[in-house]
Amino acid sequence: MRVTYLDNNATTRVADEVREVMLPYFSSLYGNPSSMHLFGGQVHRVIEKAREKAALLINAEPDEIVFTSCGTESDNTAIMSGLETGRNRRHIITTRVEHPAVLNFCKSLSRRGYTVTFLPVDKLGKIKPEDIEEAITDETAIVSIMYANNETGVIFPMKEVAEIVKSKGVLLHTDAVQAIGKLPVDVKDLPVDMISISGHKMHAPKGIGALYIRKGTRFSPYIIGGHQERGKRAGTENVASIAGLGAACELAREEMKAENTKVSSLRDKLENGLLKSCPDVRVNGDTENRLPNTANISFEFVEGEAILLRLNEFNICASSGSACTSGSLEPSHVLRAMGVPYTAIHGSIRFSLSRYTTDEDVDIVLERLPGIITELRTMSPYGK
Amino acid sequence: MLCYKENMWEYTEKVRELFLHPKNVGEVKDADAAGEIGSIVCGDALRLTLSIDRDTDRISDARFQTFGCASAIASSSALTEIIKGKTLDEALKVTNNDIAGFLGGLPREKMHCSVMGQEALQAAINNYRGIKKEEEEGGEIVCECFGVTDEKIRKVVRENNLNTVEDVTNFTKAGGGCGECVTKIESIIKMVMAEKPDIDDLKPEKRLTNIKKIEMIREIIDKEVRPLLLADSGDIELIDVDGDKVIVSLRGMCTDCLKSGVTIKNIEKKLREHVSKELYVEEE
Repeated sequence: MRVTYLDNNATTRVADEVREVMLPYFSSLYGNPSSMHLFGGQVHRVIEKAREKAALLINAEPDEIVFTSCGTESDNTAIMSGLETGRNRRHIITTRVEHPAVLNFCKSLSRRGYTVTFLPVDKLGKIKPEDIEEAITDETAIVSIMYANNETGVIFPMKEVAEIVKSKGVLLHTDAVQAIGKLPVDVKDLPVDMISISGHKMHAPKGIGALYIRKGTRFSPYIIGGHQERGKRAGTENVASIAGLGAACELAREEMKAENTKVSSLRDKLENGLLKSCPDVRVNGDTENRLPNTANISFEFVEGEAILLRLNEFNICASSGSACTSGSLEPSHVLRAMGVPYTAIHGSIRFSLSRYTTDEDVDIVLERLPGIITELRTMSPYGK
Repeated sequence: MLCYKENMWEYTEKVRELFLHPKNVGEVKDADAAGEIGSIVCGDALRLTLSIDRDTDRISDARFQTFGCASAIASSSALTEIIKGKTLDEALKVTNNDIAGFLGGLPREKMHCSVMGQEALQAAINNYRGIKKEEEEGGEIVCECFGVTDEKIRKVVRENNLNTVEDVTNFTKAGGGCGECVTKIESIIKMVMAEKPDIDDLKPEKRLTNIKKIEMIREIIDKEVRPLLLADSGDIELIDVDGDKVIVSLRGMCTDCLKSGVTIKNIEKKLREHVSKELYVEEE
């Protein structure tokens, strides 16, 4: 049965071109890139080629890119490095709406004696850059602020943030896993020190990530062992996935502009269609500064898991911020931080598109969802 | 947080069937009894209406309206199927396990949906029999996030032989929010397991004159409650004290705020803690 996949902020389909590039490293080219023989050594070249492509996507130098196992590892590594090299400074600044890879890591650090400032956001999910300036103290080791939010797609003003943080001489990391490949990022123009990148959010496979570390940044490795990645990340390289990430970066760079126009117009068609056909609906987040592929829409008086399971009957895939779909019984921390009313959080659905999303996908949702909402509302004691 | 739970796909065929094609949706016309449980804030709510044959005491019709996930909807539908045709006394014997059993089982994390069904039934029957809300909802709030009382936790722990905090969360949601009440839940479990009498019950009550009582209530409201409400641009006024009934009026934002129920509960908790365990609070 046809799958209507609108959950690309969760993960994306591996591009055919990416898969093709990866295949030899599962079969004939299985050497260890660290080996002294040519059979292994030739694989090393593949890694360096991929590093160049990843660097090019954000206008960095190849030796500023370190491959990791995922976005979460990149995030943990960056923050821990900031603390390790921070000359005993024990204060971290982040936001309340970070991905758990940063948020829960910071919470865990706060239980281990570090001080963490979690900056608030406004109703539209925006941070106030002045808040960062105010929060920075002599004790601040690192500021970690996401580039774009995974739930709402809201883009933070990273350039402004970077200028403030760097003017105070503090280290700056950004979790950009939702932005890289969707938005042009140029590190020559954006003075951040570290950037987290994830493969599977941009049509590379799961289990591969990267960390950009600006030249001259003091760095302390998180995973310790062999000398791989010039001592910055131990562990035998995931050659196939690194090659895949390189190919995915190249694709993203070549097609980003055209893709964004197409993706955002499909997203708008979906969003406007739902706003028109369903009463008591609201869009969450700042629509002026938003990823081109993301729409977070609340259907009041109905519960998200119920919506998702009804959509599932038609093989439509999306996500929800409701309590029932989270592991904690509490609904989305992002929407709560924005002060979205509970009536709307429980019924929030995130649609996230990709370059593979078609007009037909959007039409299928527009055809099915309004009926589902009406039906669930007739079942709800709050429905009209 | 946006993430999938694996167990979402572990529903039985029966849950799926009753979720996709629920039976007895809606409201019984001219209902003889209605029971409401949960709130939109907590993420699930159930309104059960019954038609009861006055001569035989039998439930002739039962309908539900549910705000919640697939298992909440399926549990509500199952409940109505189970109780139709039963006498009220028979219906009162229906446990959350019967509801889960009717569905061929529920994922452990979703057991609270079956508990909600059982509670709505209890509330509806109490409503029919004229038993007031205050009498049915004993106990003090343990879990502030989901408004779960120690009474409810004790009952569910007893009826389902629970012995871990995780299971208490699965069945009542208590402890599933900020997690601050986890140690309290642990001690409740221990207490139920030992079935020792509640220590608080053994304390002799000091004699409280009416004048003293009103003074104390006023003081608690002024010092502990009003400042919190003012911070949310609300206010509270003590209208009257009638026996153990404390009548207050909430002003400003609180009057139609979704959480006003929680606020009343909190005030009640404070008054019970500091003045007398018997007090209950009503809004004017």
